[in-house]
Amino acid sequence: MEGSAALDNERKQRRVLESAVVRFAGDSGDGMQLTGGRFTVETALSGNDLATFPDFPAEIRAPIGTTFGVSAFQINFGGRAIMTSGDRVDVLVAMNPAALKVNLADVAATGLLIVDTGAFSDKNLRKAGYESNPLEGGGLGDRRVIKVDMSQRTLEALKESGLNKKESLRCKNMWALGLAYWMFDRDRGSTIKWLGGKFAKRPELAQGAIAALNAGHAFGETAELSGELSAYNVPAANLAPGLYRNVTGTQAMAWGLIAGTALAGIRMVFCSYPITPASGILHVLAAQKDQGIVTFQAEDEIAAACSAIGASYAGALGITSSSGPGVALKTEALGLAIATELPLVLINTQRAGPSTGLPTKTEQSDLYQAVFGRNADSELVVIAARSPSDCFECAIEAVRLATKYMTPVIVLSDGYIANASEPWALPDVESQPKFPVKFRQDPEGFQPFARDPETLARDWAVPGTPGLEHRIGGLERDAVSGNISYDPSNHQLMTDLRAAKIAGVAKDLPEQDFEDTPREGGVLVVGWGSTFGPINRAVSNLRDGGLAVSHIHLRHIWPLPRNLGDLLRRYDRILVPEMNRGQLVTLLRSEYLVPAESLSKVNGKPFLIAELEAAIRAQLET
Amino acid sequence: MNIAVSADKPAPKDYASDQEIRWCPGCGDYAILKAVLKTLAEVEAKPENTVFVSGIGCAARFPYYISTYGFHTIHGRAPAVATGVKLANPDLDVWVVSGDGDALSIGGNHLLHLLRRNVDLQFLLFNNEIYGLTKGQYSPTSRTGTLSPSSPSGSVESPVSGTAFALGAGARFVARAIDTAQAHLLGVLKQAHGHRGASFVEIFQNCLVYNDGVHSAFTDRSVAADMQLLVEHGKPMLFGKERDKGLRLRPETLALEAVKIGEGGVGEEDILVHDQTNRALAGMLAAMQPPAMPVALGVLYRDPAPSYDSAVTARVEAGQERMQKGGISTDLSAIMRAGNTWTVKG
Repeated sequence: MEGSAALDNERKQRRVLESAVVRFAGDSGDGMQLTGGRFTVETALSGNDLATFPDFPAEIRAPIGTTFGVSAFQINFGGRAIMTSGDRVDVLVAMNPAALKVNLADVAATGLLIVDTGAFSDKNLRKAGYESNPLEGGGLGDRRVIKVDMSQRTLEALKESGLNKKESLRCKNMWALGLAYWMFDRDRGSTIKWLGGKFAKRPELAQGAIAALNAGHAFGETAELSGELSAYNVPAANLAPGLYRNVTGTQAMAWGLIAGTALAGIRMVFCSYPITPASGILHVLAAQKDQGIVTFQAEDEIAAACSAIGASYAGALGITSSSGPGVALKTEALGLAIATELPLVLINTQRAGPSTGLPTKTEQSDLYQAVFGRNADSELVVIAARSPSDCFECAIEAVRLATKYMTPVIVLSDGYIANASEPWALPDVESQPKFPVKFRQDPEGFQPFARDPETLARDWAVPGTPGLEHRIGGLERDAVSGNISYDPSNHQLMTDLRAAKIAGVAKDLPEQDFEDTPREGGVLVVGWGSTFGPINRAVSNLRDGGLAVSHIHLRHIWPLPRNLGDLLRRYDRILVPEMNRGQLVTLLRSEYLVPAESLSKVNGKPFLIAELEAAIRAQLET
Repeated sequence: MNIAVSADKPAPKDYASDQEIRWCPGCGDYAILKAVLKTLAEVEAKPENTVFVSGIGCAARFPYYISTYGFHTIHGRAPAVATGVKLANPDLDVWVVSGDGDALSIGGNHLLHLLRRNVDLQFLLFNNEIYGLTKGQYSPTSRTGTLSPSSPSGSVESPVSGTAFALGAGARFVARAIDTAQAHLLGVLKQAHGHRGASFVEIFQNCLVYNDGVHSAFTDRSVAADMQLLVEHGKPMLFGKERDKGLRLRPETLALEAVKIGEGGVGEEDILVHDQTNRALAGMLAAMQPPAMPVALGVLYRDPAPSYDSAVTARVEAGQERMQKGGISTDLSAIMRAGNTWTVKG
């Protein structure tokens, strides 16, 4: 009785927060992604809504202590709906001076810094570019600072562990995690269990990590007693009933492809070449051979696209995946799939460019590439995912459209969506509508390029089918027989047919809707892709303040929804925020002749809610 | 357009499509097409299970003239497309038809990986040492000094040997033949078809318009007997009109030499016997060039290994078998539920 009373007492003392943003930052080798990942799991299990933002360098292990080697993991969690990973960091855990230097500017003016003073050596300060120790002078503003020698405390906690100094110090991320767990009243149980499993072959490492976790937690309890540190309580969010898990865009995309091909009743042949930040989809699918999925790590991006086309030709669904520069290499192959009218799904996990650009930083600057980026008149379908879990539905939709219309479909995701995670109410895959593919079987009257009058799709006639032997290729072909044709009127006809087929996909798409009841007048904000979270929150904040702001968020980039022009024309002021120089805005202006204006951001980071609010307010005042 | 397969043994013409052939009159490709049609008939290929895949170039028009399934793809990428075909359906009988520019220039990377992976198909390289369809530029197999529109004072590049490339890439079946030597070509194609794994066949092909006679140093009737060595597994490597010339290994230099039986104390027992499983020997045979040595033709190397597509299929099938036995969590719902989940009650 006494024990539980004490617990209640402790809970009461915790300050209740509606939401909080925590960022773990350290060296690439400090295990910050893992630390953030575990914090995310416990946060999800405690019922919060959340959004995460892993932010790491392209280098695998950059020189220790340097600013360019800093890896960070941010999580925004709360008792209300969480739409973004958070504008401002409330708690920054900095494992070294470089981590402090790189991340300080993002910490709220009233934020809390928890720093490992053990890592603030002269050498590390120098490497981070500090002339003097920032913990001693000013420069941290009004932020509260908890200075704790995590390195030393970890070593002490692990004195009896049998681990050497180097191994012991590698557990200091668990010390930091333990402290964070205490601060936000998280249960340690599942992490302790997880550590036991992860290091099953080296139980002494598991024990060390658990000891560090417990020591960090214990430090919190002690520090609170001395008044140094406050404990918080972030109540559970009001999520819709269901079975939940955390999901990244990478996972959801891979699972959506599995679901889509299952609903289509077709085997998936997934062909890819490793590239950041897209490789994760290959990894997830390669582990699923028991689902009948064939994965192929091709010799290059071109081979990945071409082998996927070969697979589709032979009656599987060929799927390929890459990021912008890799997609550029697949361009010619896309043309072949368009010309031969074979289904193909291409996932582009966009990253900042041009060229190699910023491989681990996000951007949505491949819209032009997806819609226009090929030689000749070569249209295909383009879909964009708005959040990690939305990748699941987009992948299914891509499979449906590719197989129904015998066309390549590009799905645009991005580095943010791919790596970020959010709670996801697991869908019931069994109850989703099926869309079984139909292979042509009947030789009677077969013509390789005869079309379904409604969809304009040709028959899918697969090698192995007796009586349907035929030849296809990249040379222009007769509109019916498919034989090579250089006839001028046939080329006009085929070009028109290819365009009409893709335009006709719009009839198969739901009409575009507003994200909330539209308000007439004022500003319409049109977005696509991963800007959904910040735009939605910014718009709803402004609407809460009574402002006339409306939000449309596009999934279908090409063809565009058939009623979109009517919706846009209801507004005099249209703002299109994009993490590029203004690509969707160009498309909207050219398609609909509307006065849409661009809000552009390309610093490798998602939009902040505050900057969107400011831009929308500025529009309202014009 | 589509043929009806009768109960009788099929004839070569049964595999010909109704399309008008658009190669130049006298092109070596006609002879190769004839031999391939004959091969298909002799192996009684099922038209519905046979797929011809090609890239770009004169040779790459090949699929249009065959009545099976055919896919004329993009430049250099036929090996990649064909790999995808085999991954989707390993039961299909796939032929890839390519030229020296398509296979060894723009598509060199794909050919390398097709061969090292050992994808089960036949790869035919039509080597005429020139770009035909783009009107006569030098190719990666053109000899140094080749005069062409893009090398008006003679090419300064060194050529690549298709056969040596294939051996270097780890091909398990490497053969050579001449377009117009029909009987020999037919024999080689049938062996290539019978081999499980990637079968690489370099066919010396004559381009009448842009590189006429480029192979005449060993293909001309007048020199053929002395300049062609037709190798057969387990048989002594003899050549010459009288079959009195042969190959001998010089152990001190680890090199092959052409010798004449009866001269310099050479007896029949000194002549090397062809062992198609000997990769080192195949490499030496591939390197022989006229006039010092005859050109080695036939199956230079054949040493089967499990094919890539069969290995991949076995993995997938093993995985599905595990799933059916129920030993591991399997379907998508189970995958999505693995790890940490929690229930929000209404």
